[in-house]
Amino acid sequence: MEYASPSFIEYLSAQAKTIRRHNLRMLTRAHLGHTGGDLSVTDILAVLYFAVLNVKPEQPAWSERDRLILSKGHCAGALYTTLALRGFFPIGDLESFARPLSALNGHPNRTKVPGVETNTGPLGHGLPVGVGAALAARLQKASWRVYVITGDGELQEGSNWEAGMCAAHYRLDNLTLIVDRNGLQLGNTTEATNHLEPLAEKWRAFGWSVCEVDGHDYQQLLNTFKAMPIEPGKPNCVIAHTHKGQGVSFIRDQVGWHHRVPTETELAQALQELGEAADV
Amino acid sequence: MSEKEVTPKLYDCRDAFAAALETLGDRNPRVVVIVNDSIGSSKVGGFQKKHPERLINVGIAEQDLVGVAAGLANGGMLPFACSASCFLTGRALEQIKVDLAYSNANVKLVGMSSGLAYGEMGPTHHSIEDLAWTRAIANLTVIVPADPLETSQAILAAAEVNGPVFIRLSRFPVPEVHAKDYVFEIGKAARLRDGNDLTLIANGTMVTVALQAAEKLSLDGVQARVMNISTLKPLDTVAILAAARETGRIITIEEATIYGGLGGAVAEVTAQHCPVPMRILGIPGEFAPTGSVEFLFEHFGLTPDGVIRAVKELLGGI
Repeated sequence: MEYASPSFIEYLSAQAKTIRRHNLRMLTRAHLGHTGGDLSVTDILAVLYFAVLNVKPEQPAWSERDRLILSKGHCAGALYTTLALRGFFPIGDLESFARPLSALNGHPNRTKVPGVETNTGPLGHGLPVGVGAALAARLQKASWRVYVITGDGELQEGSNWEAGMCAAHYRLDNLTLIVDRNGLQLGNTTEATNHLEPLAEKWRAFGWSVCEVDGHDYQQLLNTFKAMPIEPGKPNCVIAHTHKGQGVSFIRDQVGWHHRVPTETELAQALQELGEAADV
Repeated sequence: MSEKEVTPKLYDCRDAFAAALETLGDRNPRVVVIVNDSIGSSKVGGFQKKHPERLINVGIAEQDLVGVAAGLANGGMLPFACSASCFLTGRALEQIKVDLAYSNANVKLVGMSSGLAYGEMGPTHHSIEDLAWTRAIANLTVIVPADPLETSQAILAAAEVNGPVFIRLSRFPVPEVHAKDYVFEIGKAARLRDGNDLTLIANGTMVTVALQAAEKLSLDGVQARVMNISTLKPLDTVAILAAARETGRIITIEEATIYGGLGGAVAEVTAQHCPVPMRILGIPGEFAPTGSVEFLFEHFGLTPDGVIRAVKELLGGI
């Protein structure tokens, strides 16, 4: 079943391009950020914030909102840009990223940035918090849902598996974990570092329902998120196969771009590839 | 001790905690308890019986315990995460820092059986570093109640704070040290005995030790002020500086390492604003040998006589 018209998919694609352009400008300006991971998670964030999440940007603490927890907090750049474009705060605020006293730190801070649910940065923190939020919805018989995005290398942190057992034990089908499976971590591929495969089988063995999607295919992502839960009574794991650096040819799939940021020349080339030179 | 004194009744403060928690749970449907297979040791069986759906057991997984508590708070609940203090603080310290304190999550942590309470179980189970660890974290209130009345009030007061609170309980039996009309207030020291020769500052299980030492000292003509600083953070600096000015000497006594806990906190204040001679009593930089709690208290001088020895040394022999 398809949930969107071709024109809506084009709209999502345009939003994702805009997020990428704003984000790359922001990182280049600040000489700080995680370019590769930001670009790999951007399409997932675009689909969630512009088509899936029930949120009210003008009322970020609305109690009935869906919760999105970006556990890979080092990709704050993609989150900030998405939140700004979705209306949580002015796009102009992105100028302040990483400047002294800015609300926009290198890692997200919920006490300062509207729309951030919990502070992340050290890896392996988001899923336990997501489990707690899903339990809170259950206890209150509320219909809001919880989405947690982790990196793939991040799954080397044991706390994820503690939370994974707990979510299955409590049958939290209102919880969706999205793994940004770009295959790379800071220093190398995940498989050469501390291998994750067979990843889907691991989550299934932990009692989760698993589906694998192309994390840059808006239609697939939409179809998947709109069809939650995959199976009643089981938490959902969406393994989103992505490319680190997606959208910019010379950054894509390059391990060296984990926390390297573009030079002005590289930015100009990247913006050209992303279709526009200026966003107003 | 004079002949007419009777042995006071002793209490396990976890019972007062459990009763207060049940009261809160009855009043407020958002109160939820999270444990790490620690229902018995946290004494939350009564709460579980009354509100089974609001007792979440995450199993033996402390990082998850604290993260889940943060998520429950995010979702509008009022979570009390209960676990042996050694595992709660040691295993989940980064979750306490990031998910609770830095995120300002409205979670109450209750560390059970702290200090040397596990006795012969040994240093793996002793929780003597917890005060130094938690005190170093910004935006985290730290409370060490001394008796059942204060425990009960501390639990109720913590529930009123919109932010993270760590409450450190023992399982070692203690007598009542406060009058029936005592009113606990977060951040306020309690003066339990007047005196101007020196001040004994204690918290938790050591408050009764300080009071007994002061009683004995009075027989030798030494009048010791006794203060219970149950809120380690935020610290009652006014009461500490008054004690420094008015009594000129301070001894701190805590069932914790002498590095970075109550003694450290008091010394930071006096050293900067009113330096006075001090002694810091607690567990020195070593892992405890095998022994019961009582044996270890003797071993480390955390007894009335141990305090009196330190007083005499500080006063230059009396």
